[in-house]
Amino acid sequence: MTAPVTPFVAIRAEDFDLAAEVARLTTGRPDVGAVVTFTGLCRDEGGTLSALELEHYPGMAEEEIRRVAEEAIRRWPLTGVTAIHRYGKIAPGGNIVLVVTASAHRAAAFAAGEFLMDYLKTRAPFWKKEHRKDGTSGDWVDAKSADDAAAERWAKG
Amino acid sequence: MTKLVYFAWVRERIGRPEEDLDLPTEVRTVADLARWLATRGEEYAYAFENPEVVRAAIDKKHVKPDAAVAGAREIAFFPPMTGG
Repeated sequence: MTAPVTPFVAIRAEDFDLAAEVARLTTGRPDVGAVVTFTGLCRDEGGTLSALELEHYPGMAEEEIRRVAEEAIRRWPLTGVTAIHRYGKIAPGGNIVLVVTASAHRAAAFAAGEFLMDYLKTRAPFWKKEHRKDGTSGDWVDAKSADDAAAERWAKG
Repeated sequence: MTKLVYFAWVRERIGRPEEDLDLPTEVRTVADLARWLATRGEEYAYAFENPEVVRAAIDKKHVKPDAAVAGAREIAFFPPMTGG
């Protein structure tokens, strides 16, 4: 048996470096044959948005993402999982979230990455507030029922 | 005393991020607590005007409205999550 996989989870204001995060899961690991990364960015919403402000529940945000990552490790033969979620004010084009999954083969890495993002969106305690270019502090972003549906399909499998 | 914490528009409507409250004995579940809070003033009534929308966590774990509040150290109320 190989050593148990421990997810790397970080909740922080600082940006992340994609190459460094891939290296974290591949350096010294010749058994890794596939790495999938997902990066979520702040959109400008047709040029109207100046920034998103991400609020989170300290402690719970990390615990909840760690629970989802550990569930992914139970479901797929992964060699490594990383999830980094930023908080604070993020301008359009800026990174919000990174998920990295590594495995011997691509199928597990793709599936686990999608699972992580679907669950993270509906279970991780983060909330986005829009700041508009016209200077108004806009609305809180509404949760999408499409995100709930995306998460629920994993429960049926 | 039980620590209550609020996030996003629940926090903005109530006007504070957290508070310590003595919960009345008739408050047994999270749904009871939301109903009781809604009677504490118009800011609370506004936050809980659609109580079925507001989510809750006890000691940093998601819970359903019928979850018991007995023994809880920290109870959180917040809107549906929009991270990712």
